[in-house]
Amino acid sequence: MTMSATDESAPAGDDEQHRTATIDGYNFAFLDEQTKRMIRRAILKAVAIPGYQVPFGSREMPLPYGWGTGGIQVTASVIGPDDVLKVIDQGADDTTNAVNIRRFFAKTAGVDTTERTKEATIVQTRHRVPETPLAEGQILVYQVPIPEPLRWIEPRETETRKMHALEEYGTMQVSLYEDIAKFGRIAKGYNYPVLVNGRYVMSPSPIPKFDNPKMDRNPALQLFGAGREKRIYAIPPHTPVKSLDFDDYPFDVETWNQPCALCGATDTFLDEVVLDDKGGRMFCCSDTEYCAERQARAAGRARGDAA
Amino acid sequence: MSGQSLLRATGVGKSYGDRIGCRDVSFELWPGEILGIVGESGSGKTTLLNCLSANLELTAGRVEYDTRVDGMADLATMSEPARRMLMRTDWGFVHQNPRDGLRMNLSAGGNVGERLMAVGARHYGNIRRDVIDWLDRVEMEDGRIDDLPSTFSGGMQQRLQIARNLVTKPRLVFMDEPTGGLDVSVQARLLDLLRGLVRELGVACVIVTHDLGVVRLLSHRLMVMQRGRVVEQGLTDQVLDDPQHPYTQLLVSSIVSV
Repeated sequence: MTMSATDESAPAGDDEQHRTATIDGYNFAFLDEQTKRMIRRAILKAVAIPGYQVPFGSREMPLPYGWGTGGIQVTASVIGPDDVLKVIDQGADDTTNAVNIRRFFAKTAGVDTTERTKEATIVQTRHRVPETPLAEGQILVYQVPIPEPLRWIEPRETETRKMHALEEYGTMQVSLYEDIAKFGRIAKGYNYPVLVNGRYVMSPSPIPKFDNPKMDRNPALQLFGAGREKRIYAIPPHTPVKSLDFDDYPFDVETWNQPCALCGATDTFLDEVVLDDKGGRMFCCSDTEYCAERQARAAGRARGDAA
Repeated sequence: MSGQSLLRATGVGKSYGDRIGCRDVSFELWPGEILGIVGESGSGKTTLLNCLSANLELTAGRVEYDTRVDGMADLATMSEPARRMLMRTDWGFVHQNPRDGLRMNLSAGGNVGERLMAVGARHYGNIRRDVIDWLDRVEMEDGRIDDLPSTFSGGMQQRLQIARNLVTKPRLVFMDEPTGGLDVSVQARLLDLLRGLVRELGVACVIVTHDLGVVRLLSHRLMVMQRGRVVEQGLTDQVLDDPQHPYTQLLVSSIVSV
């Protein structure tokens, strides 16, 4: 599935050599064609029923469960030779998980990879939505550990399926009620349940609730893969996604009382970084690419002013 | 009172292979009426209750309920969503053991509020107000609203379960030994409370019990069961004061008076 023409001027770096030379003995993008077809069928069904968890025959992947086996299978089935892939882990492009998955596809599919959200046609993500707004034609692939939002309320799978089928979401609301009763506010900070297209309650994977509003009517296609739990679900472009709340306790996102220490952004999700053992700390953007770009632009402006 | 019955059982039977749970039970329950079912342990009381409340599939006969929208409808042929909707709005089920009817990991407020939220309540303040109102009606302190049911005494848990069931103002409540396992003073208080609530709300009840005191106090009509069959039925006072069937006579004469 090619969503748009590849930008040939993309910085390819050492991935360039893989472009023609994928590893011998492996099919394009690792998975065999039959498997990819099966996963694509699941994806099509998921897109047709926004928020519904479609079971699929999850394969063993050459990485452990919890590292993105679901996401990697979804990416493998939608990626084409002309795609440009970006992988982030908690917003960062340079962590072990992100680097390895990016390298995996550079090797097995020979695709270009990038760290720039704007240039990517597919973004595989673990627990963040990029700060740069996504555009039509892009695909965001989430890695999902536990796809069932009702799991903590009702442990029986047969029962949760029935609850989804019959739209019995009262108990989900009860869990939010308990939060307010205990803490005076809805204390869920991540994996905040959402209602997709007014029908299915869906787990957004453990993204911070800060990212929930970005899912709403997003022009990009959002796909969710849970490898261990063998489920795929999706939010098609421009689909309404509403975070659950109470009329008198509306949904809100986290705020910080200081800007990013590196780029000065005030509208991004900030990570707390411990600097020393004397209580020193700083807050900086969790999305490294967004932060780096802002810093570069600021530096460029400073140079321009100096000249 | 409308001229139609609320629940109608016709030849209801349930067998587990060769063993018989209950057989050939027929009766009609009218709105606001309280029906007691008594009998010795193993006589099929609870099986019958589960058949009536659509928790068990019947092997014979049928149970019809007067739904608000469609009128009299057979529970077995009703769609599952409709049946589940009925169970959480129009019906209540009070279990003998409150642990079966409560969610033990939710606070008292969450337990009572669950049914409200299940039918679409989305305003925390209003839910909270209704819950406190109901805790008052079952004589519980408002201060316990955020405590877990496991910190409550048995009698309080049972009262909480009753509040949880009555909060959506059901028309029919099934009760399985509501006073079982409680000491006599707590039993008396609970019965008093129940009697007040069902009168006030005009809710119909089917109460299964082996305690004749409970039915004497609460129920209008009485069914006596033995080995899965109804051996005698009639007005409560009539059955208890002038028992006809040998088993009923035995039952009535076994009451120990202090």
